[in-house]
Amino acid sequence: MDAISTEKLTKHYRVGFWRPRPYVALDALTLEVGRGEVFGFLGPNGAGKTTTLKLLMQLIFPTSGRAEILGRPLGDLVVRRRIGYLPENPYFYDYLTAEELLDYFGSLFGYGAAERRRRVAALLDEVGIGAERRLQLRKFSKGMLQRVGIAQAIVNDPDVVFFDEPMSGLDPLGRREVRRLMLKLRDRGCTVFFSSHVLSDAETLCSRVAILVGGRLVASGPLSNLLAFQVQGWELVLTGVTDTALEQATRCGQVVRATRLGAEHYALELPVTTAPERVVSDFTACGARLVSLTPMRETLEDYFVRQVADAPRNREWGRA
Amino acid sequence: MAVIGHIALNVFKESVRDRVLYSLVAFATLLIGASYLIGQLTAGQDVKIIKDLGLAAIATFGLFIAVFIGIGLVWKEVERRSIYSLLAKPIRRHELVLGKYAGLALTLLVNVAMMTIALYLVLAYLNTQFSDNARAVWPAPAVDVGMLRAIGLIFLELLVVTAFALFFSTFSSPFLSAALTFSLWIIGEFNPELRNFEAVVESPAAAYLARGLSYVLPNFAAFDIKTQVVYALPVPSSYLLTTSAYGAVYIALLLTGAVAIFERRDFK
Repeated sequence: MDAISTEKLTKHYRVGFWRPRPYVALDALTLEVGRGEVFGFLGPNGAGKTTTLKLLMQLIFPTSGRAEILGRPLGDLVVRRRIGYLPENPYFYDYLTAEELLDYFGSLFGYGAAERRRRVAALLDEVGIGAERRLQLRKFSKGMLQRVGIAQAIVNDPDVVFFDEPMSGLDPLGRREVRRLMLKLRDRGCTVFFSSHVLSDAETLCSRVAILVGGRLVASGPLSNLLAFQVQGWELVLTGVTDTALEQATRCGQVVRATRLGAEHYALELPVTTAPERVVSDFTACGARLVSLTPMRETLEDYFVRQVADAPRNREWGRA
Repeated sequence: MAVIGHIALNVFKESVRDRVLYSLVAFATLLIGASYLIGQLTAGQDVKIIKDLGLAAIATFGLFIAVFIGIGLVWKEVERRSIYSLLAKPIRRHELVLGKYAGLALTLLVNVAMMTIALYLVLAYLNTQFSDNARAVWPAPAVDVGMLRAIGLIFLELLVVTAFALFFSTFSSPFLSAALTFSLWIIGEFNPELRNFEAVVESPAAAYLARGLSYVLPNFAAFDIKTQVVYALPVPSSYLLTTSAYGAVYIALLLTGAVAIFERRDFK
């Protein structure tokens, strides 16, 4: 059973007052997220990431398609007890303190007073809110509110947690703490589904990602698979490289660029069409020694930018 | 039910922290100031006027609280996006609407109860300022338990007004909700006049229309028994029961409508 599954999940809005026309916020999203994964949901602004999360939280209702969390339909209260959600740029009741807010949300899960006290104290420690926990939230900075938001999302020790831009508003230290927390949740067996613009976070954290552009899914899968297809060449670092060997390799087209790092010490860029083992053996036969051989793959950022650039832009379906 | 209770308590906490109960201070000041002034100006009418003023003030303060908090109950949650985290918790949408309503009802109950206590304290004090002969000509004793009947109906009227404000706030802006609620309250206060429209217009169609409207629109005048209570006129129990049932049905209909709209709403 998947943690999250969607099948042709679609959301249209009607825009315009005099002549309303449909606007496709999400177009037939089919997605499966396994249990215990950290899943990155990526896309530029307006791609439909938040729409998807709102659909999964039933804050909005789909035009068509279906979705399940933990094998149950979205409206099921059993599901709600087992999930957590951090909205984008969260706002909470600013007349409450952080402790009171978490206590309130804990009460909605039916926890008793003692259990709530225990959970609230532990959670606020976990997200790094100290003495400020007794201040009203109206006195909190954006980063502090984000931490409270994360704490409220995991107040029920969820099996699946949805974070919408969890790093937003956090300083580098805060981001590192959130990354650590997400990995900790994963280690506990919790599925973490998060949307982000910050690709380095996705690269660090995710086992799989999906990329959404213009309401459409343009790519999804394990990060290694998505990027492995895009190996662009190899970087070969050698010492003891003679000028003759280098000239010969360049002439044969085995080396496209050579960067001198020191005396007889070179970083060579090999084209993707070349078999790197052959080049290594040719050089070592001439007395060179191998330091490293690294495939040059595009980064997630390169991949993302390319997917975004290639995706169709038109989201208005005049004849939908 | 527990969820509704937790949401209601949170609304009450918000009202307290937003200093809604400060209105009690204004009420007490008004009452004490008025009783002093009236004591200087009138002879023997103090108690009756303070009763009139006190009951009217309870209704007016309550009305403003009901409307101005009622219109923001749902709207604020949506506008400030706090509803996103809330609806992701194991609660049903109708529980949120009913919890919000119950929370404001609790705020109003505390407010009306405190104002009632303040009114009785002022009346008890005034009672000590008069001789037995002066008291003998009053239509009703100063500290009259019968006043609670009028206060009970005022509270019920406030619950109906709150239900209207909440209903409008599920689909419109606070400004429009306030305008609609106040308009309906004013119309409701003059509802009995609609039934007598045929006496002042010649067109039978207009008279039928006015009579029809009088049945559809709320009749807030029915909740007003202040004069009867102050002058110790009889108010039959059957009237109290019928009016209470009328208010309860109205509230139930409005809350059903609010829930129906809220259940289908997209929170973009």
